[in-house]
Amino acid sequence: MISMAARSSTRWRFRQPSVIPGFGLALGVTLAWLTIIVLIPLSGLLWRSSGLGWSKFVELALDERTVNALTISFGTAFIAAVVNLVFGVLLAWVLVRYRFPGKRVIDAMVDLPFALPTAVAGIALTTLYAPNGWIGSLLAPLGIKIAFTPAGIVVALIFVGLPFVVRTVQPIMEEIDKEVEEAAATLGATRFQTISRVLLPGLLPAGLTGFALAFARGVGEYGSVIFIAGNLPYVSEIAPLLIVIRLEEFNYPAATAIAAVMLLLSFMMLLVINVIQAWSRRRYGYGA
Amino acid sequence: MEVRVQNIRKEFGRFPALEDVSLDIRSGELIALLGPSGSGKTTLLRLVAGLESPTEGTIFFGDEDASKKTVQERNIGFVFQHYALFRHMTVLDNVAFGLKVRPAKRRPAAADIRRRALDLLELVQLSGLEKRYPAQLSGGQRQRVALARAMAVEPNVLLLDEPFGALDAQVRKELRRWLREIHDRTGHTTIFVTHDQEEALELADRVVVMSKGAIEQVGTPDEIYDHPVSPFVYGFIGQSNCLDVTLANGEIWHEDRPIGLRAGNEPDGAAALYFRPHDVELIDGCGGCLAGLVTASRRVAGTRHLELDLGRTHPPVEIELPPERAASTDHTRIAFRPTRWKLFRKGGRKEAPPIEAEAPVLAATGT
Repeated sequence: MISMAARSSTRWRFRQPSVIPGFGLALGVTLAWLTIIVLIPLSGLLWRSSGLGWSKFVELALDERTVNALTISFGTAFIAAVVNLVFGVLLAWVLVRYRFPGKRVIDAMVDLPFALPTAVAGIALTTLYAPNGWIGSLLAPLGIKIAFTPAGIVVALIFVGLPFVVRTVQPIMEEIDKEVEEAAATLGATRFQTISRVLLPGLLPAGLTGFALAFARGVGEYGSVIFIAGNLPYVSEIAPLLIVIRLEEFNYPAATAIAAVMLLLSFMMLLVINVIQAWSRRRYGYGA
Repeated sequence: MEVRVQNIRKEFGRFPALEDVSLDIRSGELIALLGPSGSGKTTLLRLVAGLESPTEGTIFFGDEDASKKTVQERNIGFVFQHYALFRHMTVLDNVAFGLKVRPAKRRPAAADIRRRALDLLELVQLSGLEKRYPAQLSGGQRQRVALARAMAVEPNVLLLDEPFGALDAQVRKELRRWLREIHDRTGHTTIFVTHDQEEALELADRVVVMSKGAIEQVGTPDEIYDHPVSPFVYGFIGQSNCLDVTLANGEIWHEDRPIGLRAGNEPDGAAALYFRPHDVELIDGCGGCLAGLVTASRRVAGTRHLELDLGRTHPPVEIELPPERAASTDHTRIAFRPTRWKLFRKGGRKEAPPIEAEAPVLAATGT
């Protein structure tokens, strides 16, 4: 009661009194760092594109090749993130729930896409999925072409995005209390019902986080994609590549316009996902 | 429904958790499994639930052999110590879960499920909270939701694993009384596990005292407290003192003198004498008694507890006296004699039947 009264009598303060020292220093360093690394480059981008003027900007952004490239980038990244969500959760489940020889090796291998130079991944995948590659040659008779099509882009993005989902879902899954599953069983729920009604909904916030990270990574991915995509304008040309092409043509306005649109779209999607997460956290009192 | 546990044995790996346990539970009974941790009480509960399967033995629900059935088929209600509520569901959905997951032909209509869940929430006094999420409830409220959820499926038997263990003392007391009321109203056969003897003695119709994977004694709270059948039960339930004594010619000797108690026709030899701190009488002028120096004295509610040192070989003995009686003995040396006591013979794993006595020499009771 006393502390309540004391708090209400004091004016609003930027920071509540606390025993943890160094707030000013820590916040200062953090903000300075964030400014140098993130905010200045991004505002430079917005500055340059705002220099174009609105009509010029719209014209550049709605250029057919640009729109196609953006559609391909966001579309393939979305599909890849959905695939990663499904299989990433499955992989995390296997790693958390079962004991088997080689489990630690597989666990370590999940991080490989983080560490491998993306160009290496792209070349390796192209070799495999090209019409004369190991996997491509099996699919070619069926009329399925993966490399040098948007499907190839999806394959590359699945590769680079996988660890994001696994590594965000895994710790939450490890925390699931065995008792919750037992409770569901005592109430008569079958194994399938327990998983679909009790376990998976609980993993939703973490899954969404992993999805958002994989998606964001996929939108910006360049190195692995350019080898496998074939880079046909209007068909399998991704937005980051188009930016590079425009830069090489010294067409800076077009490059900045594409970049600004990408920034805007990414920001909006991350915002939506964060809002969903905040909502689920408020509701369930937990979340990733 | 009546539950019969027959010759159950359970091993985890090669570690025996339960050894040849048999127990009959009557329909509608509220029974407590009481014991220290590691006594196998939770294992027994989980075996009845079907969450573990026995290494040997059978469990009957009524006349039906339940031990071959899965958890889902047994139709039991289980309440966990840490509630195990579904965090992403509202209180109402939690309670309704057991009915909602039934196969279509046994599932009540959605409106009936809702009505039944709301009725149960009223029974556990949580009306109006049905839209909350578990994270928005207090511990006591969560446990009540867990109980309502378990009762929603009309279980054959209600099983509670340390249901009040995670709650603070005040809430625990309240819920204890409340659980008794619910049980009397609904009449579910109920088994609950606890390590809190006060809880077991206050709440249960019958108490099962367990130790080291075996049942020590089954009986009403009165039987358990007044007539413990083994040294373990004597020591575990309530306060007690234990003295090493010897029998000679029917007399009980402590160290080198008789203490004024007779042990009938028992053969001579070593034994352990058990008595409760409040079952003693003070004696003036010791001709056959226990005597010791007062080493500590504490006032606990309506009685005074005295710690007595009877000699170097023993932990101090504790006795309880009415405060005015304790104050009148200004001596630091006190002579007393147990009025109710029990003798357990030593030697061999099997305990000989205990010798019991009440007020053996002087019938005078009271202060």
